[in-house]
Amino acid sequence: MNSDIASPHDLTQLEETGTQKRERFLTKFTPYGFLSPYILIYGVFGIFPVFFMIYLSFHLWNPVEGLSSMEYVGFENYVLSLTDPQLWQTMWNTLVMAILSGVPQHLFALPLAYFLVMMGPKVRHWLTTAYFLPYITSTVAVSMIFYVMYSKDSGIINAVLAYLADAGWSSWLFGGLKDVLPLGWVQENSLIRYSVSFVVWWKYVGFNTVIYTAGLATISHDLYEAAKIDGANSWQRFRHVSLPLLKPFIFFGVTLTIIGNMNLFDEPFVLTVGGQFAQTAGKTISNYLYQIAWEWLDMGAAAAVSWILFVVIGIFTAVYFYFFGRQGLGGE
Amino acid sequence: MTFNQATFIVNLYRKLGKGVVNVFLAVFVFITVFPFVWSAILATHDRTTMFSGGINFALGDKIVQNYGNLLKIMDFWTGMMNSFSISVIGTAVSLLFCSMAGYALATYQFKGKNAIFGIMVGSMMIPPVLTLIPYYMVISALGLANTHLAVWLPFTINPFGIFLIRQYVVASVPKDLLEASKLDGASELRTYWSVVLPLLRPGLATLAIVQFVFLWNNFLQPLVVLNSPDKMVITQMLRGVQGVPNTPWGAVMLGTTISILPLVALYLTASKQMIAGLTAGAVK
Repeated sequence: MNSDIASPHDLTQLEETGTQKRERFLTKFTPYGFLSPYILIYGVFGIFPVFFMIYLSFHLWNPVEGLSSMEYVGFENYVLSLTDPQLWQTMWNTLVMAILSGVPQHLFALPLAYFLVMMGPKVRHWLTTAYFLPYITSTVAVSMIFYVMYSKDSGIINAVLAYLADAGWSSWLFGGLKDVLPLGWVQENSLIRYSVSFVVWWKYVGFNTVIYTAGLATISHDLYEAAKIDGANSWQRFRHVSLPLLKPFIFFGVTLTIIGNMNLFDEPFVLTVGGQFAQTAGKTISNYLYQIAWEWLDMGAAAAVSWILFVVIGIFTAVYFYFFGRQGLGGE
Repeated sequence: MTFNQATFIVNLYRKLGKGVVNVFLAVFVFITVFPFVWSAILATHDRTTMFSGGINFALGDKIVQNYGNLLKIMDFWTGMMNSFSISVIGTAVSLLFCSMAGYALATYQFKGKNAIFGIMVGSMMIPPVLTLIPYYMVISALGLANTHLAVWLPFTINPFGIFLIRQYVVASVPKDLLEASKLDGASELRTYWSVVLPLLRPGLATLAIVQFVFLWNNFLQPLVVLNSPDKMVITQMLRGVQGVPNTPWGAVMLGTTISILPLVALYLTASKQMIAGLTAGAVK
């Protein structure tokens, strides 16, 4: 019971006086005192809600009408949600956008990091600063900027494409676009996933690059020298020296990407103007959850959807860890 | 082929390779930075100069007019002040709470320690969207809807921050020092405040960066609980003008640019520390 810290006091414990008793009491409860903000806040905002969510998912409740309007409906919320085609559609959208933005993130970040560590410290510092910039800015702000850039009639992207389709030197490649321009990047269901994924990719490539740069820095220079002496060219050194040693970092980076992308909310929310545009293909499961709860005011169904989502993410993570966890964590 | 020719070709390849690498790195800088530059340029244009056709990279002269419009479509500085006060207060309180918890976990042995550890690790794996509905319910039940407290209080016990501080305490606070402080008659609280906290400065700085950036950029929780214009944060206000008919985009881009400036300015002066801080969880 007594902590290591308290040991000086324990020496005099043979005959305990009142003050010593008080001191012992204090020592015993000090750690809980320090932890009390955590325990209190996490209890209120973390533990209690989980149980409440289970309860809620079996009820019908419109928050506007107050707590008394809650009505027990059994498994109805789950049955309705599981048979709701929109739930599966939005889950599919989330998955597609997670892959479209996630895979290229790492495919770009790896070579970027590999090239970065070849640079001198000053160049490297400035390049890293530039690449990391999107990560510190708010998703809403950058999504607003991209929303303007994607604009159908006045956006810079369509303007550049129109120029390329017209100009003599590039029309052989872009001329075909003439018939389809201007493109509705955020209006069309066929394009929205790419538009959203590009923003997500753009925002997080730099973050992953920094992770991989740190990973590459842990690899001893001698290994590259040895590979060089054995005649390995720079691709082979990347493939057979860097890549295997980066595995734990790749595992970590991909884990973060999966978690982040399954939660994708801000970017599609802003780019589709809160679900007004390209709803079918651009709405993620988080957007849908928000819609159920705050637009349709059906908290019970939203709670059920949350649990379904929880299970799905759990399965994904478990499968991922099962196949890659051992390699990624470097254990045998 | 002579030896000289061979080395020439090898060198040429090497130079070409280097050139390709440099172009790749430079193009990537362009891709990352362009949207920011573009929004700054658009901030100086209005609808007529923006939509005049063609691609125009010149700065316009409508920035004053845009500023006027910006104040018309949203309560811009209220939003900025709200974001600022939430970020500052939330960060300060989280430094206190996380350092208290991290210190306790690092120095004391007590019942339930492992359970608390387990809960913290577990809570880091729960995606935030799942907790959105219960978060909203608890906030409403406590009567905290539409208050700033609701937007920062739940985030002051960031488990990542607690672990970070715990690591710092283990690494940089010698146990002897704590014992000495207590032998000198300092209370537990005093030891924590005057002996431990000053030693944790680098850790606290890292945590402050993470918390401030998160709170400043946060959108989801404010969207759900803050509903009156005088309480809204800047991210909410910016996104809110998407519904305004004939949105003055020059004004919106001006607002967007100003809203990201504080963090960008901080970032440009301390990019090394910020990058290290924001990837601290990843790189350790």
